[in-house]
Amino acid sequence: MTMFLWICVGILSFSLVGFLYRLMKGPSTPDRVIALDSIGVGLITLVGLFSILFDSPFFLEVILLLAIIAYIGTVAFSKFTEKGVIIENDRDTHK
Amino acid sequence: MTEILINSLIILFIAVGVFFILVTAIGLIRLPDVYSRAHAASKSATLGVMSILIGVFLHFWLIEGNFNPRIILGIVFLFITGPVGGHMMAKAAYFSGVPLAKETVRDDMAPLVDREATKKEQL
Repeated sequence: MTMFLWICVGILSFSLVGFLYRLMKGPSTPDRVIALDSIGVGLITLVGLFSILFDSPFFLEVILLLAIIAYIGTVAFSKFTEKGVIIENDRDTHK
Repeated sequence: MTEILINSLIILFIAVGVFFILVTAIGLIRLPDVYSRAHAASKSATLGVMSILIGVFLHFWLIEGNFNPRIILGIVFLFITGPVGGHMMAKAAYFSGVPLAKETVRDDMAPLVDREATKKEQL
């Protein structure tokens, strides 16, 4: 079981290297933001596996925090690339 | 005996999850444009992380004996927000004028949206 979990951690770290490649190379901003979102997801899975490996449930708050921060970051970046502002104060932006 | 059954159930869930995360990485590296990459990142990453968290939840519930509702909360939150985030990012990419791949055969939004005009207006 422990051996299997360490192999899974290795494969997930390899996937994180793939996400980092897209984060650095990505031709446009949305590419990088999508890679950043996927890095958040990969970190969540790694935290879950480490909480099994170290036998402690105290890492599990980190899962919720990472999920919320990754989602808010994605939404803020998408509003920014679409309209140039994150919080719309003017209601008539769509015309 | 029960221990072996529980362990194989956990290993099954975690192996499926790790497989889908690896598929996400391959898709992000190899797919041609931002829309197909958003498709890979939102769907298969969400399925993979949900499956791994179900495995973690089963481990803490059936082996350690503490029922941990925070993992359930995380699974539900990721299930809702993963595809929503991917959709918002693909929409923002379309309206900010990121080009489609050469292999694209059909663009249903093209008659409705004048992308060049929005691009110039933003610049």
